[in-house]
Amino acid sequence: MNQSSFISGADGDDSLYPIAVLIDELRNEDVQLRLNSIKKLSTIALALGVERTRTELLPFLTDTIYDEDEVLLALAEQLGNFTMLVGGPEYVHCLLPPLESLATVEETVVRDKAVESLRKISQEHSPVDLEVHFEPLVKRLASGDWFTSRTSACGLFSVCYPRVSSTVKAEIRQHFRTLCSDDTPMVRRAAASKLGEFAKVLELDYVKSDIISLFTALASDEQDSVRLLAVEACVSIASLLPQEDLETLVMPTLRQAAEDKSWRVRYMVADKFSELQKAVGPEITKNDLVPAFQNLLKDCEAEVRSAAAKKIKEFCENLPEDSRETIIMTHILSCVKELVSDTSQHVKSALASVIMGLSTILGKDNTVEHLLPLFLAQLKDECPEVRLNIISNLDCVNEVIGIRQLSQSLLPAIVELAEDAKWRVRLAIIEYMPLLAGQLGVEFFDEKLNTLCMAWLIDHVYAIREAATCNLMKLVEKFGAEWAQNTIVPKVLGMANDPNYLHRMTTLFCINSLSEACGQDITTKHMLPVVLKMSNDQVANVRFNVAKSLQKIGPVLDSNALQTEVKPVLEKLATDTDMDVKYFAQEAIRVLALA
Amino acid sequence: MAGVAGGNDFQWCFSQVKGAIDEDVAEADIISTVEFNHSGEFLATGDKGGRVVIFQHEQEVHFCKNRPHLRGEYNVYSTFQSHEPEFDYLKSLEIEEKINKIRWLPQQNSAHFLLSTNDKTIKLWKISERDKRAEGYNLKDEDGRLRDPFRITSLRVPVLMPMDLMVEASPRRVFANAHTYHINSISVNSDHQTYLSADDLRINLWHLEITDRSFNIVDIKPANMEELTEVITAAECQPNQCNVFVYSSSKGTIRLCDMRAAALCDRHTKFFEEPEDPSSRSFFSEIISSISDVKFSHSGRYMMTRDYLSVKVWDLNMENRPVETYQVHEYLRSKLCSLYENDCIFDKFECCWNGSDSAIMTGSYNNFFRMFDRNTRKDITLEASRESSKPRGTLKPRKVSTGGKRKKDEISVDSLDFNKKILHTAWHPKENVIAVAATNNLYIFQDKIN
Repeated sequence: MNQSSFISGADGDDSLYPIAVLIDELRNEDVQLRLNSIKKLSTIALALGVERTRTELLPFLTDTIYDEDEVLLALAEQLGNFTMLVGGPEYVHCLLPPLESLATVEETVVRDKAVESLRKISQEHSPVDLEVHFEPLVKRLASGDWFTSRTSACGLFSVCYPRVSSTVKAEIRQHFRTLCSDDTPMVRRAAASKLGEFAKVLELDYVKSDIISLFTALASDEQDSVRLLAVEACVSIASLLPQEDLETLVMPTLRQAAEDKSWRVRYMVADKFSELQKAVGPEITKNDLVPAFQNLLKDCEAEVRSAAAKKIKEFCENLPEDSRETIIMTHILSCVKELVSDTSQHVKSALASVIMGLSTILGKDNTVEHLLPLFLAQLKDECPEVRLNIISNLDCVNEVIGIRQLSQSLLPAIVELAEDAKWRVRLAIIEYMPLLAGQLGVEFFDEKLNTLCMAWLIDHVYAIREAATCNLMKLVEKFGAEWAQNTIVPKVLGMANDPNYLHRMTTLFCINSLSEACGQDITTKHMLPVVLKMSNDQVANVRFNVAKSLQKIGPVLDSNALQTEVKPVLEKLATDTDMDVKYFAQEAIRVLALA
Repeated sequence: MAGVAGGNDFQWCFSQVKGAIDEDVAEADIISTVEFNHSGEFLATGDKGGRVVIFQHEQEVHFCKNRPHLRGEYNVYSTFQSHEPEFDYLKSLEIEEKINKIRWLPQQNSAHFLLSTNDKTIKLWKISERDKRAEGYNLKDEDGRLRDPFRITSLRVPVLMPMDLMVEASPRRVFANAHTYHINSISVNSDHQTYLSADDLRINLWHLEITDRSFNIVDIKPANMEELTEVITAAECQPNQCNVFVYSSSKGTIRLCDMRAAALCDRHTKFFEEPEDPSSRSFFSEIISSISDVKFSHSGRYMMTRDYLSVKVWDLNMENRPVETYQVHEYLRSKLCSLYENDCIFDKFECCWNGSDSAIMTGSYNNFFRMFDRNTRKDITLEASRESSKPRGTLKPRKVSTGGKRKKDEISVDSLDFNKKILHTAWHPKENVIAVAATNNLYIFQDKIN
């Protein structure tokens, strides 16, 4: 029942009524109404005032954890912005009980949101309140019976640690240590994922004494899912430590992770490789990460190889400049060569998406000598996704070796792809055409690519015909109206007599997009007669597209042509037997103001 | 805990029986799976009607001087409809609502969670308690009458009041559309984050929080279905090592896979197979060697497999033969022909370990079930029947005569009732309490210390 519909004209205290409805709907059977009410919780609190919000509303909300996830999620979020509504920072601790109970529900999204709100309001606690109210809550959660509360605690240590006394700090460190060796993998995972964040707020001495041992322990946990999270922590920890300590404190663990028995852990190392590389610095990268990266590129698991392959460009870019080229040429390139003929298409396609980026790093000569054969091989790969990734990155090679070289070596392959059986590949090539045309010039284009562009107009896939039409427009914008009149327009208009009505419609679509670029003269003299003639087509779809085309090209024509040629045809179409033809003809008359 | 066979240690005695007494059994009431939770406080059953019934162990009545040791009973805690019959319009297939498996999740907060599955869809259920109710509305009074909306002078915030305990079962996640064939197993991984589900030809790995995708980790479907020679019959995760799982096949073999090695576990790490004895080879060899259930011991060191006539215990470190083999009903070997004709030979018996892995239990026909003590090698046959179910009555061991002459107290093979079969049994994880599903009845037995 929508009770808010009869509030109008109330003579009582009508400001209370909508609030009363909101409060009642907190318990409505319809989830959507409950959700609405929760989202307007601040309105309710405002109406109740700070006192009643603290003493009545919050206790009620604390016990409302039975609800649907989406309601709880909204509640957890609202409470993060409630400080002013309970009376300001002085009373912010009143928000802790409801958030504490939300931090123990089983639904991860709700718990995470509750933790997020707790982190937010922790900043609004005075240092004293933090120790009196907030820190005990963290301890309660950390030593809770159920792992849901302990996982939530993991996310709260780092926000209170910097603001409490040194005795309390020691307790917090102890709690974190305990959670890192919790019985349940869930809690160890939560601790591992917060390890880096916690390390950042710790004093450097404690990072070395406490965090490193926890990190080492988590990185050799029996559960794969815990070990792989330690890899992430490795990035933050490494960036905190001075260079001279990295070798002894972090590297043994990182080396071990890169060679972990579980492919998921190695995948994580590969996935985080760029971050790791930045965190450990150039010297360790040269000595340690290069061989590790080679191994990941040669890993026996395809998932790991793809993750590593995706990082090739970034890894190479971030190598120290003095030895970059040598390292790539002597260590990385051989691995890349092997990946080009990998057994997994995911690996090849990951490689294809970054391999072109290497040409900027290696320069023209190396690109021509070493990379070009690889590009060619990938352009001819049996997997369309690989070919697609190469084509869509052609521009970075273009910059390095120039269009001439590119066209000579790659053009045959591109032409081949233009006729590929997969329409998505053809589509990618079409989208690349205007760029190629611009680089190659009119002459070269007419000679090599023009036939292709026209052939796409009669492709059997609509998306290709549509893209081909659009492509023509872009070409005309580049080469000018005169070129259009000589090369494109006759061919396009010729299709108006095609026996296939789909091709006849393509003529209309081309005219739609070309008329503006070609200008009034060509449109009136060459295109308009064809369009008008097609109004007698036997297929209704063609006829109503004639009406649409006339509407489209109308603005390009002069008023004389509109009145004497277009108007009679549209009037005739407006009396067509087909409903759609009639409709579009009438609409064209209206838009062109011919009535 | 070693005493299975009675005598020195203890005897099994009747505790409870659940389900209707009528001779007429409704198909929907037939129990299709039984499972204790990790503490043993709860016991769940699923039936062919798609229902899940959860029993809770009531507080123990403590030991008094002159009375025998009395244990609490299992009472119904919650009943809910887990699956409904469905129809796959694309394949013109009926999807039965029958619950194939139930698996409890490790407890994570005050609520309890379990996975239940039928042939196609796995569901995650939350079973929770509620003992408070909000009271007080603004727009209506205590009797539910609407107040005059224009006379509201103050706002009321609802107050929570205690109420009778209410148990709710709510579906939390539905894991659907990932199995083309019938799901035979689900198993929760020790990482508490993932679980696997197996059908005839594939095994998928799920994340408990993600329902829209799963990873296929085993696929034995041949490119040409005419080349199909074996199917997956059961699968289970190792209880302590998150990366290890096993699956059994209709050819009587078990493959152990390591998920660390590769994303796809098509290649096994270990292959358990007992070489066939050529002298006992017959037309039925292949059918009866098909494994109907595989269970890891709690320690994770051993696994047990059930085939039609025997239970085998394998040491994970020895692939070429089982370390122990127990005959369940060897007397049926001569009856295989008629068992084939009435389809009984395709019955899928399950098996289970006791809490300390020292004893195992599995079912047979005529409402008999068998227990084997692994230390003393003693075995016993017991019967789940209404006749013997006197309160606190001890169960008498049963014997089937195998020789020509039938002794007193023995039952001849020919008089066994093959319609009364015990396929599903469960053993309390800590105590000597067992749950035995006999058609539509659930029997609970426990030890009686003399």
